[in-house]
Amino acid sequence: MHLWQEFRQPNSISEAIEDLLNAPAPVVPIAGGTDLLLEMRQGRHEAANTLIDLTSVPEMNVIEKRGNFLYIGACVPVSQILASNLVRNNAEALIEACDLIAGPQVRNTATLGGNVAHALPAADGTIALAALGASAEIANQNGLRKLPFLELFLGPGKSAIDKTSELIAGFYIPLSDHGQASAFKRIMRPQGVALPILNCAVWLEREEGTVKGVRIAIGPGGPTPFRATAAEALMQNQILDDELIQEAVKKVLEQGSFRTSPRRATSEYRKHVVSGLFTDTFTQAWERSKK
Amino acid sequence: MRKSEITLNVNDKTYTLPVKPGEMLASLLRERLNLTGTKIGCDEAECGACTVLVDDQPVLSCVYPAARADGKKIITVEGLAKMVHDVMKLHPIQEAFVEHGAVQCGFCIPGQIMTAFALLKRNPDPTQEEVRYALKDTLCRCAGYPMIENAILAAAHTLRTGDPLPLPEIFESIHKQEIVGHKHLRPDAVDKVTGDAIFTDDLKFDNMLYAKVRRAMVSHAILTKLDISKATQLEGVSAVLTADDIPGEQNHGLVILDWPTLIGVSQRVRYVGDAIAIVAAETPEIAAQAVQLIDAEFDLLPVITNPVQALEEGQPQIHESGNLLKHIKVRKGDVTQGFEESDIILEHTFHTQTTDHAFMEPECSIAVPLPDGRIEVYVGSQIPYQDRSQIARVMGWDEKRIRIVGQKMGGGFGGKEDIAGQIHATLLADATQRPVKLLYDRHESLIAHPKRHATQIRVKMGVKKDGRLVAVETELYGDTGAYASLGEKVMTRATTHSAGPYDVPQVRNDCYAMYTNNPPAGAFRGFGVTQSAFAVESMMDMLAENLDMDPIKLRELNALHVGSVTNTGQELDESVGLLECFERLEAEIKKINPTPFEPVVNSDSPHLVRSWGIAAAYKNTGLGGGAPDFSNADIELFEDGSFEIRSSAAELGQGLVAVMQMIVSEEMSVSPDAVRVLVMDTDLSPDGGPTTASRQTYITGNASRYAAKTLRTAISSFLAEKYDVEPSKIKFKDGSAHVNGHQLSYASIASEMKASGQEPRVVYKYNAPQTQALGTGGDMHFAYSYSVQAAEVEVNTFTGEVRVLNVISANDVGMAINPLGLKGQIEGGVMMGLGHCLTEEFIMDEGNVVTDQLARYRIPGIMLTPNITSIIIEQPTADGPYGAKGVGEISSIPTTPAITNAIYNAVGVRIDRTPVDQEVISKVLRENIV
Ligand SMILES: Cc1cc2nc3c(=O)[nH]c(=O)nc-3n(C[C@H](O)[C@H](O)[C@H](O)COP(=O)(O)OP(=O)(O)OC[C@H]3O[C@@H](n4cnc5c(N)ncnc54)[C@H](O)[C@@H]3O)c2cc1C
Ligand code: FES
Ligand code: FES
Repeated sequence: MHLWQEFRQPNSISEAIEDLLNAPAPVVPIAGGTDLLLEMRQGRHEAANTLIDLTSVPEMNVIEKRGNFLYIGACVPVSQILASNLVRNNAEALIEACDLIAGPQVRNTATLGGNVAHALPAADGTIALAALGASAEIANQNGLRKLPFLELFLGPGKSAIDKTSELIAGFYIPLSDHGQASAFKRIMRPQGVALPILNCAVWLEREEGTVKGVRIAIGPGGPTPFRATAAEALMQNQILDDELIQEAVKKVLEQGSFRTSPRRATSEYRKHVVSGLFTDTFTQAWERSKK
Repeated sequence: MRKSEITLNVNDKTYTLPVKPGEMLASLLRERLNLTGTKIGCDEAECGACTVLVDDQPVLSCVYPAARADGKKIITVEGLAKMVHDVMKLHPIQEAFVEHGAVQCGFCIPGQIMTAFALLKRNPDPTQEEVRYALKDTLCRCAGYPMIENAILAAAHTLRTGDPLPLPEIFESIHKQEIVGHKHLRPDAVDKVTGDAIFTDDLKFDNMLYAKVRRAMVSHAILTKLDISKATQLEGVSAVLTADDIPGEQNHGLVILDWPTLIGVSQRVRYVGDAIAIVAAETPEIAAQAVQLIDAEFDLLPVITNPVQALEEGQPQIHESGNLLKHIKVRKGDVTQGFEESDIILEHTFHTQTTDHAFMEPECSIAVPLPDGRIEVYVGSQIPYQDRSQIARVMGWDEKRIRIVGQKMGGGFGGKEDIAGQIHATLLADATQRPVKLLYDRHESLIAHPKRHATQIRVKMGVKKDGRLVAVETELYGDTGAYASLGEKVMTRATTHSAGPYDVPQVRNDCYAMYTNNPPAGAFRGFGVTQSAFAVESMMDMLAENLDMDPIKLRELNALHVGSVTNTGQELDESVGLLECFERLEAEIKKINPTPFEPVVNSDSPHLVRSWGIAAAYKNTGLGGGAPDFSNADIELFEDGSFEIRSSAAELGQGLVAVMQMIVSEEMSVSPDAVRVLVMDTDLSPDGGPTTASRQTYITGNASRYAAKTLRTAISSFLAEKYDVEPSKIKFKDGSAHVNGHQLSYASIASEMKASGQEPRVVYKYNAPQTQALGTGGDMHFAYSYSVQAAEVEVNTFTGEVRVLNVISANDVGMAINPLGLKGQIEGGVMMGLGHCLTEEFIMDEGNVVTDQLARYRIPGIMLTPNITSIIIEQPTADGPYGAKGVGEISSIPTTPAITNAIYNAVGVRIDRTPVDQEVISKVLRENIV
């Protein structure tokens, strides 16, 4: 009846993989545990024999520049991401998303790795990373490999990584260049489930009045984190005006699937607020890119 | 690497302990190190009560694996105060919490303090916004958020500068005496900030077992099979009991005995929380496992989900008596004639939701068998003597065989009046002859205990063109759920208050209190009046608009005043402060905005619109309706010169203990430090009656006062005889008696009285003024409190989101005995009202509880706290202690309609269903534009 029998604290990624493969089953990796432990306690996740504590792995706890990328280890607590100037200067959307995740105590243990591995289509960190053009670093027995971010997701709560043999080691985010900026916003309701009605992250590159490039992520806009690629394509290399934004909203609505979730939001409401949320988020990123 | 031991440093002490599977840091601290200051409010990372510092970072110890703390430095609330020269010196944050009145029930306080401590370590000079950001998810249901915030800012100042702690500005009562009417610190505050305060779950007994309840988890059914054999055989299980094992009567209940302690085979299950078996085992885990091994089968029956359905013909009958608990009627004059005389008639139907008390401390009972065959029950209960009789009945025992030892309560708000685990724990303790602890987790608490009645209210009002109300008709359907609890009383109050605090000649109110297959509904701060006030006060604004009248003017024109006759036929002859509430509130609001009820569009963001709204209410103090309303107080003077005042009234955080201490101190002219207060122990303190209906300050306050006065008279006559002086010549001052120029300390008086065979002790039974039953036309209640509130909201016309920016709360409380405690009651009341209006909704689906976690049942946090301005009106009531009447409930009642009226004034959307749904606002606004 215990949630776990054994708690292992590996010192390296390879040791963690080794434990994952060979420790007494069921083996479950744990980062902050702010999702996992509650799911176990509430019977939505089976109890483990072995918990592999990833937060003790130093390689998964770094924030650093690697070439043209910002690297964030999967187990860096959300509060440390918030405190990092490197992140602030290169990924405003991620800072804004992290700032909205839970409260300060949870943020001291919760991680981006857990946020992403949980594979919800509207997790705040996930949506920010999707717009920032991140890729994930995956570890297994054969070493490390990079995976495009969206390939991590198979469906709501379903991650593409094989939890019995693989881990997310960290995330690569392209360093921000001149004229580039990002933003994140969300809409909640004060009652009921603690999931957003909608969240939205926008990354863009601007040259004078022209949108040189843009990435738009919205959650939940489908079973997996939704990238509004049709709207992105429409805006690319266009001069920004109100009409362009309105056309983009149309594309977002056409492409995305904004469904009713009982007691959270109706489809009708989501479709209504998405236009405002997207417009606000886009405008915020646009203003920022002026600097 | 596999470890068998962990080493951690807790509050500067190093411990090496064996690793335990599945253990969280919170249980390591509480169970293994006995550091019970760290509290468990939810066990699901939602409330923050379990916050401790790990390497200087605040974390939630309820979801922090203990093994992870290996090699780390932990600070808990017990680690803040330091011994300086053998004296415990509070940390400035702790001192500030005490001085600023931030401590009420105290259950959340360790979490608040640790979160604040971490903040100030990192940021010694935080702004108000930074404090709020840090405390975002550290919940306080007593909702002393403004005081918590001020305390932290004050402590920051002291820590930074070394200056003495800035103290809050607290008004003094206009009726103040030596002690009463002045700021007074609650006697239990210090223990509550150091973590020393003991709540039930903090207690441990040798050889103790842990209990768990198997609940039906079906809403309406006949139990057809119950097999406990597998559970009984599980190793570590000491007892599994079913309905067959009940020695006495099967049912319990506060008024009506309709609630089975356990449902037996072939009996009816009426809601998901019905208990079918109980288990006691060596550990909580084994008990939980055993419960899952119990096999039960049911014949499912059609489910009644709402009170209107319950009254329809052809519906299944939940109780033998039918589905109607009570049809409550109020009649005054002739409404038909009233409507004929009216120039304008409006009619509308409103709906209020079910809500949960969500007190931060989940229910816990520990039953301990004594060698002499008696059983002690440790529990935080609002009605200790009722617990005793309810347990006795089910055990088939004489009441005296049970002792309720009341514990500190982490909030109650009406939700700890009914039996929770008291009887189950007693049954198991009796069967096993071992102490048994039955602790609910948050999930069980949400499922099992009685809620606030969801109510449908149709209101029809007729007025003259000049705004005078002529007729009010209301029809209420109240959902009392599976069992009666206090349903009849609550719905009676909803009905009698459903014409609002107005003088109306023709009134007809009908209420159907209905059984359904939802969790039972019972007492909850506001006691039914919260519901009807929403309907009536919304209607008052609808009328004002129709008449093109100012909403304050319309209400003032009709307001109850001395000489008015209420809808139940009671002539009010004193202490009606409603008009003064309106006057003072209007003056305050107009200082801020001369046209408060007009919409104000934000020029930078035109989709944000603000406006104010207003609402009024009244609420009875005391049981009323002819029920005998009394309390006993037992006062004793000891030979060390100290006093003890004892009564089984309940301290649930509201501050009664402070009030009793002040009253005795006042009457005996002795320092409050020399007065101890003992409450809630059925062996040691006499019956104080239920802690409900805002009655204790009045009733037990009076009992304490008269007990003290009687003791003083006894001392006077003793001294008069001894020193041969007129009793009137004997004066009491500064903790001693003055006789003929001699000063006699209380210590010596006690010794002298004892030496001459007299006990310096008095037990006084105070009977409140007689009231009359509903329908007899006499005084239904002996006092009423009045309140007017104004709320300013900002509505986002695009998303429909609503923010409350400001609340002004004017309350006529008769007399403010402890202004500091009063502040907590008023601010906490506003926040609870705000939660009821905006965030809280207890959701059921065919009787199944959807909101079965705190993560789904949202109570307001500090981020939602508006700026709250309090105006105290003190129109004394003749028989109240120093003029005081109840305040606990009235402070939360008008908040909801004040907010919804403000929403209407801002954007023209009439909210007729709570909680406010932003989708609805957004939708109506969209449709209106098209
Ligand atoms: C009160 C509260 C409020 C919250 N609010 C928000 C919010 O506003 N927005 C939001 O997005 N989320 C929110 N959450 C959800 C959650 O806390 C976050 O998503 C968090 O980031 C999860 O991280 P974790 O490290 O705690 O994950 P864990 O619980 O440790 O892990 C989650 C899952 O991911 C797996 N996992 C973890 N790390 C890895 C890895 N590196 N590789 C492979 N698998 C891994 C685990 O096995 C588990 O299945 C909230 C949670 C709580 C308790
Ligand atoms: S008890 Fe840990 S957050 Fe509530
Ligand atoms: S004092 Fe915070 S919950 Fe009671």
